[in-house]
Amino acid sequence: MAVSTEWQKAAYVAAQAADARVHVELETEGMTLNIGPQHPATHGTLRIVVRLDGEQVVWAEPVAGYMHRGYEKLCEVRTYPQVTTLINRIDWLGHFANEVPFILAAEQLMGIEAPPRAQWIRTIFFEMARIANITLFLGDMGVQLGAITPIFFAFRDREHVLNLMEAATGGRFHPNYDRIGGLKDDLPRGWVEECKTAMKKMRGFCDEIEDLLMGNEIFQERTRGIGVIPPAVGLEYGLSGANIRASGVDFDIRRDEPSPLAYKSCDWKVWTHPDGDSFARYWVRLQEVRESTKIVDQLLESLPAGSIQAKVPRIIKVPAGEAWAHTENPLGEMGYYVVSKGGLGPFRVKIRTPSFSNVSIVPWLLRGVYVPDVITILASLYFILGDIDR
Amino acid sequence: MPDFPGRGLMKGLGVTFKTMMKPAVTVQYPHVKEAPPTRARGVIALKEENCTVCMLCARQCPDWCIYIEGYKDKAPPRREGGKPRTVQKLDRFDIDYSLCMYCGICVEVCPFDALFWSPEYEYSEASIADLLHDKTKLGEWMLTVPEPPPLEAGAEAKKGGKK
Amino acid sequence: MLGLNIDAYWATTTLKVVVVLSLIPMAAIILGYVFLLKMMSHMQSRLGPMEAGPHGVLQLMADGVKFMQKEDIFPAKADRFVFATAPIVVLMSTFLLYIVIPAGPRLVVEDLDTGIFFALAVSSLSVLGILMAGWSSANKYSLIGALRAAGQLIAYELPLVLAVVGVVMQAGTMSLQGIVHAQADGEIFGVGFMGNPFIFTQFIGFLIFLAAAQAELTQTPFDMPVAESELVAGYMTEYTGFRFLFFFMGEFGTAFAFAAIGATLFLGGWYVPGVHGATADVLGPIVLGTKIMFVAFLIFWIRFSYPRMREDQLQAFAWKFLIPLSLVNIAITGILKVAF
Repeated sequence: MAVSTEWQKAAYVAAQAADARVHVELETEGMTLNIGPQHPATHGTLRIVVRLDGEQVVWAEPVAGYMHRGYEKLCEVRTYPQVTTLINRIDWLGHFANEVPFILAAEQLMGIEAPPRAQWIRTIFFEMARIANITLFLGDMGVQLGAITPIFFAFRDREHVLNLMEAATGGRFHPNYDRIGGLKDDLPRGWVEECKTAMKKMRGFCDEIEDLLMGNEIFQERTRGIGVIPPAVGLEYGLSGANIRASGVDFDIRRDEPSPLAYKSCDWKVWTHPDGDSFARYWVRLQEVRESTKIVDQLLESLPAGSIQAKVPRIIKVPAGEAWAHTENPLGEMGYYVVSKGGLGPFRVKIRTPSFSNVSIVPWLLRGVYVPDVITILASLYFILGDIDR
Repeated sequence: MPDFPGRGLMKGLGVTFKTMMKPAVTVQYPHVKEAPPTRARGVIALKEENCTVCMLCARQCPDWCIYIEGYKDKAPPRREGGKPRTVQKLDRFDIDYSLCMYCGICVEVCPFDALFWSPEYEYSEASIADLLHDKTKLGEWMLTVPEPPPLEAGAEAKKGGKK
Repeated sequence: MLGLNIDAYWATTTLKVVVVLSLIPMAAIILGYVFLLKMMSHMQSRLGPMEAGPHGVLQLMADGVKFMQKEDIFPAKADRFVFATAPIVVLMSTFLLYIVIPAGPRLVVEDLDTGIFFALAVSSLSVLGILMAGWSSANKYSLIGALRAAGQLIAYELPLVLAVVGVVMQAGTMSLQGIVHAQADGEIFGVGFMGNPFIFTQFIGFLIFLAAAQAELTQTPFDMPVAESELVAGYMTEYTGFRFLFFFMGEFGTAFAFAAIGATLFLGGWYVPGVHGATADVLGPIVLGTKIMFVAFLIFWIRFSYPRMREDQLQAFAWKFLIPLSLVNIAITGILKVAF
């Protein structure tokens, strides 16, 4: 595991100090710079207002809401299948992963459990959503740093996963596949073999990206020691997912919390990194993709036979009550708090999205950072606007 | 390979060179078209004889993009000497594809198997109004609806009709 | 000729200048198409432009026409004269580079005795053009981007010059034609059939030259001044239409010229063993063209494979690594030259 040395950290601090002495002369104090809302570096319409002193950021504040679509209000006036369709679009890159916590909460309220085959396939699709999402991140961080080639490899190899999703669910980006009590359809013939081939290709992609980008000395120079988040600060701001695991905190909802998904039935490991800088966040996400392919392989081997949906009435009316379900989504911890008053649809849904909390650390993190490093840090935090704004 | 400074840089060059030597993966649409999978959600087709104007699809659509109007008609009695039955027939069944989210709730919820998915996707129009497909056009899409694919080993066969 | 009092010197010089002037856009188009459109695409597993002309050969023509027909915008507070002249200064420094590059034993516009010295001096004029562009844009961050670019270009001039010094020491002359002849007539330990291309003895010099040329062309990994547009305006932001086209042609024209200089200094220029005299005048441009494509391939290969360095890392790389290395190279060349 590649950890940055004390010498490297000291060298970075010395370089910053030398730079600061030069920039005092240019008198660009108090310049307010708007990063966004239209900007290639933010994943969507995020606006970050930054006050600069020469080259250093003195004060930063993210202004979210440019993409607010009113999900929580929409959910109040929709039935459960309609809500499932809509929430696919919150984190649009990790599509299936958005549906799962909501369906788990609804199943908790109804008191039914999906059959094992459905849970297995749910977990497989969940991990495939993670692979699709993080693969894009691996290429995208390269583009933010100036390497234009890795992102094409990312898009090319992501197609394998998206084609599999389309073969099973009919939709590449919005599968709309989870139902209360199970899944919509079973898998088509030959899917398991294709999936195994696709997982092999994804592992090949991970190796390629490691050679092309992560092992690159220039990339390491640009990301090591940049944007260090101490674990205590990260936990205070509510960071989750790979962001907090890259600071050394060993927390993964898949392993630590009970859930009906099939994680207990396979052998996998949680990756952490002690550094907490941008390189660590990239490294942890790369290892997580590899781990996801291994999970999918194991689950495909042990896929139980059986029905794909439990017995549910045709018109679903969820009994009154409140339920909270959260899962380890590709971006972090996503949860739904569903309040039902026994109707066709939920009474109120509160959506806890990971990117909203991840972005809250931006004011703390960007203080004292140089302008070129701002992009590196924002890229490594990896938020998706649909997730922040809902 | 022993660890020397610049080793990562060399490996990166190797990856791009190897990729350059392999053929490109681009499919040159519209000269070459990839076939979408059987279950791909391209367009919704309507089998008019199965529809009983129960309005379930129009009600369940999250976008309210299905417009249905029907009328009552008399059908011959089921057996000799009985009363003529009242059946509902379609006057108008429009799906507005400029609003449709391609979620499939209507197809899933229809109790009479009147709506089907088809993987056709090349129906873009120059004007938004032309994206409102009426009964006839939706009936034409039925010709492109494929057979449902056989299921994977270990799956339970569907118990008659749709779930 | 024509009954007017024009002697042969002016006729040949005019012809040569016209050839060079038409070569710049052609060079830009060839390099742009082969490397930027096709090689980059294949390195990224895709095909690149295929529709405009067979395999997209006319794509750059279409882009050129597009740029020419755009509106000519001046920022309100910009200094109009300086703003308009800046791209021309950059382009002019590119044109001047082509004067000394030989394409055959008699195919050179003017074989100056201080050939390579002139070329390096003239290539630094582009720094002036960039500063003019940044200053006249009336945009504080354009200015900072231009100052950064100027700092980078000046810092990397030194390794460029020092790498060339090793070649000059070995050839004994600064004239580019003389350097080609030195490589053609030389021998490697008595083996004379292929001459003595300096890439073997000056391998470190070649690598330093490539790195410095990459920085002079503001290509990744040294393209912070240009990629500033991800966050702050770079020096080229306020330029649209054909003025932007001039910058673009300048960049690719200079890439072609630097590749040509690299091929001449290290790979033997227009010389191919066994060809002399008049045939060399015909084959020379083709041979030089092939060698240019090889050097340009190396430059663009690195451009597409690496992320960019931060400005301070870039400067540290030049001052703390490349310059000491090139001084060591000169010392070793000197010692070996005296010893052998």
